[in-house]
Amino acid sequence: MALGDGWTALGDPTRRAIFERLADRPRAVGELAAELPVSRPAVSQHLKVLKDARLVSDQRVGTRRIYRVDPDGLAALRGYLDHFWDQALAGYRTAVERHMKEST
Amino acid sequence: MSTEASETSVRNSIVVDAPIERAFSVFTDGFGTFKPRDHNLLEVDIAETVFETHVGGNIYDRGVDGSECRWARVLAYEPPNRVVFSWDISAQWQLETDPAKTSEVEVTFTAEGPERTRVELEHRNLDRHGEGWEGVREGVHGDQGWPLYLEAFAGQAGA
Repeated sequence: MALGDGWTALGDPTRRAIFERLADRPRAVGELAAELPVSRPAVSQHLKVLKDARLVSDQRVGTRRIYRVDPDGLAALRGYLDHFWDQALAGYRTAVERHMKEST
Repeated sequence: MSTEASETSVRNSIVVDAPIERAFSVFTDGFGTFKPRDHNLLEVDIAETVFETHVGGNIYDRGVDGSECRWARVLAYEPPNRVVFSWDISAQWQLETDPAKTSEVEVTFTAEGPERTRVELEHRNLDRHGEGWEGVREGVHGDQGWPLYLEAFAGQAGA
């Protein structure tokens, strides 16, 4: 479910914390692991999820890999709107069917 | 419901057990009955949501204190087949006054039978909201911007 990725990715509190730190400024995995009560492998795993959801991107600088927030933010906006319209259409179906019952 | 993706749009579709005319009128006249409650730019609760059913009309929320938020312009109104409206809400969750920076929503209705209608929705040109993202990033620790989206993500994703 490609579109839900942004949604799911930010639903996790640790990933939100990582994302908020990267929004502040780009950081390496080691820096994030030092700032958060999570192991380095766990940070890497969370970063992979954020990257797959296209919320963050990475770049190799020397021996380090630097992560930053996806600059256009489209993935987050799409994730939000996809969820919004999903909810709206589910409500819409209920509304249409209620109208049908009332008219019969 | 099904979902598809492209870079700058969001698509959803649904099939309802209703004639096309009713499917169209519930979506437009009845918009306020199913719009998610947390979609609200007003400072107070929404008393009603009005969909003005003509080109040039608005979709607007009226708060319980009488305040209004006109967050969409009706761009096409072709009952019972098609309706298009703008999405005048910026990435910072504010009313967007520059039409060049707004996205748009097209909804098409196709009869699959006398009592069955396919409704397809595309919310497109999302990249037009793009310019705002720089400000959003700068304001990440402020009261506007990312935190609002993050709140919404966290709240609705059930974290």
